[in-house]
Amino acid sequence: MMARQPAAGDRLSNLRKRFFPTPLQAALSLASLALLVTLAWKIVDWAILSAVFTAEGGPAACKAAEGACWSVIANRWRIIMFGLYPYDEQWRSALACLVVVAMIVLSCLPAFWTGKRIAAVWIVGVALFYGLMKGGVFGLRYIGEEAWGGLALTLFIFVSTCFIGFPLSIVLALLRRSELPWISRVTGLIIDSVRSLPLISILFAFAVVVPFMLPGWLQGDKLYRVIVGSALFFAAYQAEIVRGGMQGVAHGQEEAAKALGIGYWHRVSRILLPQAMRNALPATINQFVISFKETSLVIVVGFFEILASGNAAYGTGEWTFAYVEVYAFIALIYFVFVYSLSRYGAFLERRMAVGAR
Amino acid sequence: MFALLRRQKVRNALLQIFFVGTIAAIVIGGWLNAQQTLERQRIVSGFDFLWRSTGWEGNFSLLAATPNDPYWWFFVVGLVNTLFLGVIGLLLATFVGLTVGLARISSNEVLRFLGRIYVDFFRNIPLILQVFFWYAFVTHMPAPRAAYDLGSLKISSRGIYAPVPNVQWEFLLASVVCVVAAIVVPIWLGGTRYLSRPPEQRRGLRVAACLGLLALAVLVFAAGGKAGEPLFSVPELQGLNLRGGMRISPEFSALAIAMALYGGAYIGEIVRGGFKAVGRGQIEAAESLGLTPWRIFSHVRLPLALRAMLPILANQYIWLIKATTLGITIGFTDFFMVVAITINQSGNTLEAIGILMAGFLLVNLSLGALFNHVNKAIALKGNQLRS
Repeated sequence: MMARQPAAGDRLSNLRKRFFPTPLQAALSLASLALLVTLAWKIVDWAILSAVFTAEGGPAACKAAEGACWSVIANRWRIIMFGLYPYDEQWRSALACLVVVAMIVLSCLPAFWTGKRIAAVWIVGVALFYGLMKGGVFGLRYIGEEAWGGLALTLFIFVSTCFIGFPLSIVLALLRRSELPWISRVTGLIIDSVRSLPLISILFAFAVVVPFMLPGWLQGDKLYRVIVGSALFFAAYQAEIVRGGMQGVAHGQEEAAKALGIGYWHRVSRILLPQAMRNALPATINQFVISFKETSLVIVVGFFEILASGNAAYGTGEWTFAYVEVYAFIALIYFVFVYSLSRYGAFLERRMAVGAR
Repeated sequence: MFALLRRQKVRNALLQIFFVGTIAAIVIGGWLNAQQTLERQRIVSGFDFLWRSTGWEGNFSLLAATPNDPYWWFFVVGLVNTLFLGVIGLLLATFVGLTVGLARISSNEVLRFLGRIYVDFFRNIPLILQVFFWYAFVTHMPAPRAAYDLGSLKISSRGIYAPVPNVQWEFLLASVVCVVAAIVVPIWLGGTRYLSRPPEQRRGLRVAACLGLLALAVLVFAAGGKAGEPLFSVPELQGLNLRGGMRISPEFSALAIAMALYGGAYIGEIVRGGFKAVGRGQIEAAESLGLTPWRIFSHVRLPLALRAMLPILANQYIWLIKATTLGITIGFTDFFMVVAITINQSGNTLEAIGILMAGFLLVNLSLGALFNHVNKAIALKGNQLRS
């Protein structure tokens, strides 16, 4: 390695040292820079400069143009966002999505990180969302689940997966680390077998197979069965994360609590869980990110969530050529949610510096 | 009675019996209920259906399958397809991931930035969306008549047509073995202690071994040719379709591309993490010993990083293998799709789900065992290596 030279004052030599220290590095920098610029130019040119934005011209205007055909979005965005939800009531669907976004943002604020507050935010949020979507109260028209679709359905599945899955995961984690051998073994078996299966097959089983196994009055709507399946999958992974967090809590803590005669529930809820959740926070956020991306799998069991409605938006007749634009639009929506969540996770990880003692 | 309940041991035993009993009751109750429902629908339970013929055809299969074949054969076909797609997807993803990971740890800032853009882009879009996109992309390629022509490789909406060797398979296998040996033997020669000549002076020997084995591979390959036919079957346009060569179906290529790009982003991060885990002191020690940057990379950083990333990599591989089930969304005949169709057609729901679970457990457990073995074999012995 070269000896470090004292920092030169002016900016140009600094730049030279950063990007062109040796001929090889210079060539590498230039090549990557060229790739970057071409890529950026191509995308800007395609997406903005030679794209068609208005819906008036229809498909014909798009075919003449070189770039992207955003008119398909202008034409079909309501299908993509709201699916089959009745046209006049779509503001409710949009409002419900905003409620979910607000709920997620609130849960990211440290002020809400106590068991009671986070539970309150989620219960109120889910109830609001459900009321808005389903109606039947406060003079809102009743709209059944079969008409739900698009972004609202995606968010609903995600939110209710977490809503059921998160408490379940804590229960599973506690059962798995129980001192009673049979309880921990059976729970371990359940967790491991759920984890070894692909999510699709679990969704499929809950949609198609479970109706055979349950008596009629217990079956419920397919949507809720699939949500239970996805929550179970989420809980199996999250339980291992929580358990990992619990292992990070020093043994002395629990022993001290026992020595003071503190009972099991108190010990778990006031001493073990707060510290374990703190250890597990980065991995938990990562799990939320993964589970948000995986909501899109419900398309397999026939739900009209955002990806399926996107397929429908370009799949019919005149717009079939515009698949890139539709997928780009949906990808952008996913990207906004997932990227901001994962950035937030990275920020937390840095802030808390878990693992650095 | 109550005095008994106050005893810790008795209470624990009762709790456990209650817990296990509840779970068992749920499972058995569900099973019995399912039996009843199925009987009402006149579906014969049991595994006898495996020997009935299916009456459907897969659109992609490595092994020959006709509608007359029994169900069990289709399960095998599906599993082989899944494994094949999994292996190809894993190899491609590893390649992409290594490239991206090396870009992300390079000392060049622009290259690092490029790697970061790649990871952020591909990791934050659901895999299924990418699969759909690539499937739409490959099926929107021009028709066979106007196929893109890259030498003897042809790309059309019906799939990618590639030339394949047209030799007897025993000879093909032998020649592949020779090629593998041409890579392995020189490496072995470089490290073995069976030769008296010191490792630095074995260069000529290694080059000779490599070239000799490659030449042998070519000879074996040529010897296996069928009389009167060319050594390669090349796709040609005949009428409205392409004939000859090997067809890679759009479903397969879409899945393989998506898995490679998406998995590559994740593996890239794992590679970066592995290299970051190598202690600074190790590298400084190597530098102060005067090793060249390449030797530091290949003899210090890479071996240590590999050990750090292997356990995480194993999890990622298992995840990717499970992700092949996405094939059902675009109609690739994988293991899960065979199960789903079986349920649809024969109604033997519970049995089929059981086979599905068994199949994935088998694959995951064997992959896990393989990685555990590798992990143990290369684990650092002793505790002298602290950064």
